[in-house]
Amino acid sequence: MAEARKRVDEAGSGARGVREGRPATEGDRRPVREDAHRAAEDLLSVRDRGPGGRLRLARDGFRAYGLIAAMWIRATMAYRTSFVMTTLGSFAATGLDFVAVLLMFQHVERLGGFSLGEVAFLYGLAGAALGLGDLAMGTMGRLGQKVRDGTLDTLLVRPAPVLAQVAADRFALRRLGRTTQGLAVLTYALVQLDGVVWTPLKVLMVPVMLLSGGAIFAAVFTMGGAFQFWAQDAAEVQSAFTFGGNALLQYPPTVFAKDLVRGVTFLVPLAFVNWIPAMYVLGRPYPLAVPEWFAFLSPVVAVGFWVVAGLLWRVGVRSYRSTGS
Amino acid sequence: MSTADDGDAAWGAADFIELDGVEKVFDVRRKTGFLRREKRQVRAVDGISFRVPRGEMVGYIGPNGAGKSTTIKMLTGILTPSGGRLRVAGIDPSKERTRLAQRIGVVFGQRTTLWWDLPLKDSYRLMRRMYRIPDDRYAANMARCTELLDLGELLDVPVRQLSLGQRMRGDIAAALLHDPEVLYLDEPTIGLDVVSKSKVREFLRDLNAERGTTVLLTTHDLTDIEQLCKRVMVIDHGRLVYDGALAGLHEVGESERTLVVDLERELPPIRTPLARNVKVEGPRQWLAFPASVSAAPLVAELASAYPLLDLSVREPDIEAVIAKMYAGGADAGTGARIG
Repeated sequence: MAEARKRVDEAGSGARGVREGRPATEGDRRPVREDAHRAAEDLLSVRDRGPGGRLRLARDGFRAYGLIAAMWIRATMAYRTSFVMTTLGSFAATGLDFVAVLLMFQHVERLGGFSLGEVAFLYGLAGAALGLGDLAMGTMGRLGQKVRDGTLDTLLVRPAPVLAQVAADRFALRRLGRTTQGLAVLTYALVQLDGVVWTPLKVLMVPVMLLSGGAIFAAVFTMGGAFQFWAQDAAEVQSAFTFGGNALLQYPPTVFAKDLVRGVTFLVPLAFVNWIPAMYVLGRPYPLAVPEWFAFLSPVVAVGFWVVAGLLWRVGVRSYRSTGS
Repeated sequence: MSTADDGDAAWGAADFIELDGVEKVFDVRRKTGFLRREKRQVRAVDGISFRVPRGEMVGYIGPNGAGKSTTIKMLTGILTPSGGRLRVAGIDPSKERTRLAQRIGVVFGQRTTLWWDLPLKDSYRLMRRMYRIPDDRYAANMARCTELLDLGELLDVPVRQLSLGQRMRGDIAAALLHDPEVLYLDEPTIGLDVVSKSKVREFLRDLNAERGTTVLLTTHDLTDIEQLCKRVMVIDHGRLVYDGALAGLHEVGESERTLVVDLERELPPIRTPLARNVKVEGPRQWLAFPASVSAAPLVAELASAYPLLDLSVREPDIEAVIAKMYAGGADAGTGARIG
């Protein structure tokens, strides 16, 4: 324990010299731009926290997240019945959603050229990915409140990354309801799909899609949270991309206008959650002309999302102004 | 290892907390019309420099909006200074916030660092893991805080059900479990009753004496300072206007205490070279005398010459002292910088 702390100290003091070399910024009249600059420097420079600094930050973050989440789980388990009821409620609410798709297929054979099994495959992947993202980062929506009333202060004086503390606050296992429903639909899809020739690569792609998709949605939740440093009511905008994005990705890309598909592919690349990789698995052409290797880019895109989210978050924390008290 | 230790030693005794020309400028946008906004800069902290050696207990006072909380927030790394240099234990707080957090404790009088919906002991348990507190230290600190701050019966109560005084004691304990080298207290006695106040003060005094914990506290209550701090710093409009002993503050500010005299009957205003008659209201009279002078000679003189029923001394309040420092025109230039 003591040794670990010592290591942290060493790395910190090693990096200190480097940072003090930067000229003081007295009389700077553009604090926000300055903050952005510093955040970019923090995020991009490897020497900032000494070798392995980024890794240590991530490890500390996961540890803090785990500790806080575990405490909240313990706290909710004190009311076991309530927990079971709310989880079942969440499961039922999202479950009814898929019934709409089933009803639709009572009347049509195909939707945008896709069979029920294929649509269920897309639906399950998007739903489970969103569920995972929501489980991990769903409470980011509450950040605005913390910024407004200044309670973020109390998180900033603790020896753990703030992002982890905000994300784990009021961690609710009942949000597993959505993931469970997504996985259930996905299982149904795998049973229904008969035209797919499963190769080891395709089999491997299913869990990769789920994890990458979850990471992408989690990053979007984080970006939405970061925006609340400036606009405390930005939660709605974030919902447009998370829950809205999910509603889009549940259906085949062929039913939407080309421009919309283009936007979701290149502008806000949510298509990498399921559309593009799933088309490969299903052996169907993507409505846009994209190289075949795009299908394997989901993990890369997820990392890209997180780089942007991390940068935004840093700038946000730097520009946090607290409240007078 | 050697670098870290050397660094600590160098920062250690003399300058545990160092501020050099620290500034914090806020951009304030105000709506002046549809889509039109006026941008204005507020210099909440305007070039503050001071040093606090290890183990000192310092009072940091000033009127509302003077920049006290902003300074504390910069010292803890919550806010990034707009300019100047700031070090706590050799660490730049805003750059290495989490590393610094291991070594400092913070108590906000206005908000709790505890988890609102959970029993007090759950918060402590989490702190223990988060701060990686060794088992023996945790047990010892818990025992000590529970005893001295009277927390025994509160440990199972959710924080939101605690009274303000109970919550404050809970917060102080939470800030001390990891043996911080410095403790910042932002208005620790605000809203507390007399008993709770004295309990908190006693605890802080012991902590400083036994552990050598450096304490920096902001307050509106001059009694806090009188009972706890040898040194006091006064901030107004983001600038340090006084740094020294409390007694000296009264001299600089020419502050006055007031002796309230109840006479047996209505008499003409009392005249004495030791005090200034401020007010007469029936048999009650108010006499002002310099705060740096003992009340004893004045009381003795009155007792020998007038039929007294009762006497009481009123302390100058800090707002009045600071107002007086300004009215004295010690630094007329500062007034113009008010943002």
